[in-house]
Amino acid sequence: MNEPIVNLNLAQEHGLSEEEYRKILDILGRTPTFTELGIFSVMWSEHCSYKNSIALLKTLPKKGQHLLVEAGEENAGLVDIGDGLAVAFKIESHNHPSAVEPYQGAATGVGGILRDIFTMGARPIAALNSLRFGSLKNARVRYLFDGVVKGIGDYGNCFGVPTVGGEIYFDDSYQGNPLVNAMAVGIVKHDRVATATVKNTGASVMIIGSSTGKDGIHGATFASEEISEASEEKRPQVQVGDPFTEKLLMEATLEMIKNDLIVGIQDMGAAGITCSTSEMTAKGGCGMEIELAKVPLREKNMTPYEIMLSESQERMLLVAQDGKEDEINAICEKWDLESEIIGQVTSGKNIVVKNNGETVADIPADVLVLGGGAPVYYRETKKPDYIDAAEAFDVNTIPKPNDYNSVLVSLLSSPNIASKEWVVQQYDHMVRSNTVNLPGSDAAVIRIKGIEKGLALKTDCNSRFVYLNPRTGTQIAVAESARNVVCSGGKPVAITNCLNFGNPYKPEIYWQFKEAIGGMSDACLALKTPVTGGNVSFYNENPMGAVYPTPVIGMLGILENMNHATTSFFKNENDMIVLLGENSGHVGGSEYLKLQLDKVTGACPALDLEFEARLQDCCLEAIQNGFVNSAHDTSEGGLAVALAECCFLNPKDNFGADITINETDRMDFILFGEDQSRVIVSLNSGDYGKLSSITEKHKVPNSVLGTVTSGNLKINALIDSNVNQLERAYRGSIGNEMDIEGNI
Amino acid sequence: MKCGVIIFPGSNCDHDCYHVLKHVFNQNVEFIWHKEADLKGFDIIVLPGGFSYGDYLRTGAIARFSPVMNAVIDFANNGGLVLGICNGFQILCEAGLLPGALMRNQSLRFVCKFVNLRVENHDSAFTNDCTENEVLNIPVAHAEGLYYTDRETLDRLNKNNQVLFRYCSNSGELTDEANPNGSLENIAGIMNAEGNVMGMMPHPDRSYEELLTSADGAKIFQSVLNMVQSN
Repeated sequence: MNEPIVNLNLAQEHGLSEEEYRKILDILGRTPTFTELGIFSVMWSEHCSYKNSIALLKTLPKKGQHLLVEAGEENAGLVDIGDGLAVAFKIESHNHPSAVEPYQGAATGVGGILRDIFTMGARPIAALNSLRFGSLKNARVRYLFDGVVKGIGDYGNCFGVPTVGGEIYFDDSYQGNPLVNAMAVGIVKHDRVATATVKNTGASVMIIGSSTGKDGIHGATFASEEISEASEEKRPQVQVGDPFTEKLLMEATLEMIKNDLIVGIQDMGAAGITCSTSEMTAKGGCGMEIELAKVPLREKNMTPYEIMLSESQERMLLVAQDGKEDEINAICEKWDLESEIIGQVTSGKNIVVKNNGETVADIPADVLVLGGGAPVYYRETKKPDYIDAAEAFDVNTIPKPNDYNSVLVSLLSSPNIASKEWVVQQYDHMVRSNTVNLPGSDAAVIRIKGIEKGLALKTDCNSRFVYLNPRTGTQIAVAESARNVVCSGGKPVAITNCLNFGNPYKPEIYWQFKEAIGGMSDACLALKTPVTGGNVSFYNENPMGAVYPTPVIGMLGILENMNHATTSFFKNENDMIVLLGENSGHVGGSEYLKLQLDKVTGACPALDLEFEARLQDCCLEAIQNGFVNSAHDTSEGGLAVALAECCFLNPKDNFGADITINETDRMDFILFGEDQSRVIVSLNSGDYGKLSSITEKHKVPNSVLGTVTSGNLKINALIDSNVNQLERAYRGSIGNEMDIEGNI
Repeated sequence: MKCGVIIFPGSNCDHDCYHVLKHVFNQNVEFIWHKEADLKGFDIIVLPGGFSYGDYLRTGAIARFSPVMNAVIDFANNGGLVLGICNGFQILCEAGLLPGALMRNQSLRFVCKFVNLRVENHDSAFTNDCTENEVLNIPVAHAEGLYYTDRETLDRLNKNNQVLFRYCSNSGELTDEANPNGSLENIAGIMNAEGNVMGMMPHPDRSYEELLTSADGAKIFQSVLNMVQSN
């Protein structure tokens, strides 16, 4: 076999620095083989090693009474929900593959996160996502958007997991570099939780699922570079997904775990066999010897390098219980899956890889992995210049609108605010018959059959705020996702995060990252929602610059009783409409400002975390008392948009509202500004006394805004709009954009 | 009474069908693996929704060769009640137990949403719990739900009252807007000439209690159970 000569040049071509290459020589005491170089390069890539983020990630709050597994210990976070059940959940990015091959990139993003969940023995019961694109006016963006939505839909629909929620934003900063973050949530009985840690010397190491092909080689390394024109050439590094095989793999995996046939199991995602073998052994402090000639292959003449680095999807590495290999094979045969013993767990500390008996790699597992010998870097930080300039922007220079009705229509039809039904209808959001709050609600609500509790789930990040102030903006992302969960009747208990940033070697980017981590810590402590894990995606840059810093929060909430499930829309004419919290007219970074000036500028809205926590406790207590007919968080587009949504989101009937708000000089800021910590509730006016005593107890201001009617949405003398017309503006917008011919 | 829910590789509504029969209607239900060749002792057989064999080649085209399908054909020929939902409907068409075919949606996109169905025949084994022209609110979730058949078959279906459901507006009108997939004459569900095999694209197995936005789907299961009990 003719393999390239390994030297510093080749190492650098593999994305390793000179310093890192020297470290490899030190560790091995010799020049690595070509296969070993490949192994180091993927394991020490940003994607696998978190080398530029792990030091800061370790500062996040990770302790909480409900957590069964701490962040980083297993493939996903695990939260105790009582009744002997636990929820596994995690979010992950697939940005780079989706930028060059949107359909497969997004599909395999969903596949990867689903495997992380069922690897733990949990059956996936819900999927969510968080997507960012450039402007829909651009044909390439429409192509990416269409492909990503199809990819997510086709994978999740076939697999049989309901895609119950998500968020989608459009902004120029994502033009060449879309963000595709996929989240999955699974449920598992405590006594069936599977582990990725193995210690049993002599136990069989098996590979099950699909055979191994040449797809996705070096996907992890590709994900650790900026997007450029050359990225198009990396299309072959994008993996190809097969949701049907994944479904079979899940059924087989859960059957094996139920029958107690396996010691440990790890899915194969980034860096394939390399990552799964080294992570499983490093965690257990043992070694592993594998024979590549045993690995079922899709094509002939694959080199050891290719087999070790293949990112072929729908594969699992497992360690069998003694003597259970035949039962494992039988289950795989039932589900038409490959299964093969490829090696054994050893008492050493090394991963020994053989090819037809010849050793091609022999590396201590521990040096490869995060938390072991993988590099850890602290990068230089520098506050970017734009921040102070944006904060100094005088919002009073924004002209006052002549026609508030037309502003409201424009906001409702902005793709950032408009209905996402064009998207969610392409996702099966009801399979498993647990979906209680349909997409479009503040948070998705799903019931769990057989118990009284339910889950409320939300992904959230307003990256304009994070761009303007990474610390406060990230606090807002946590607070708003929690507020959405509260409005749906759930108590926020834990988060997973997906941190999408630019190149960490640029001090301005690293400053954003560091500030965002600080803000996340603040908010997670204040709201008692520890971080259970997540994912970092750097290098989200293209020749035009970095994306807005986008730390997406995936929030998990628990409904104590399904009776608490609450939706955002009005239910009854004559109900009283009450605002919890206060209007103060922050307009910086708002959709309104973007609409009026085509700029993202101004100061990020203020957030008082201590007040936010009280507001959320107050709102949840009111909901749990049973008299709140609807609860809706005010976010993009502000109070006026939130009220319009309350009027037309009810699938059965539209309502109107008569609203009176104290007049100020800038009513546009009051109506369209995006102040935090506000919730609109509706209730029978006879229950207002009960609400007031709860708001008083929590020291949260409440103000009566008006009454639900069957007529127009009327706000002071400024807005008087036909609700059906508002609804049409809101519902048709994205579909109309996508109907334009000429996607490329 | 014993109900069976068939599991093909890739079925994903099997648990929902099992749940509604077992826990909502308190029936005796068993899963049936697609390699089973015997359906003795069953009164009702459900072919659930999902993506049998990944929908590869053509929806239902591979599943119809599963060993259990010979048994389903025998079961149906002996008068047993067979209910095919979504992918189950597609498999029944491929197996020749129901006429016609399910083609790609006119939009060429997957569509998942609540739709309205008008009950066209409330005197069948599958609809006897409904009232005349009742409008049911039941969700669809499919990419291949456009019902198509030749003119002659269509005339026969209409003449024999074999069309059970059509997509309609809130008020029961058969409009193009109410048709989520471009089905011929808004057809959403049909039965065979003998009246014991039914296929429908919408999912009664996702709308059997108010918590799931609508409980209308329960009427389909109730109808089938009424039928078996009355025999």
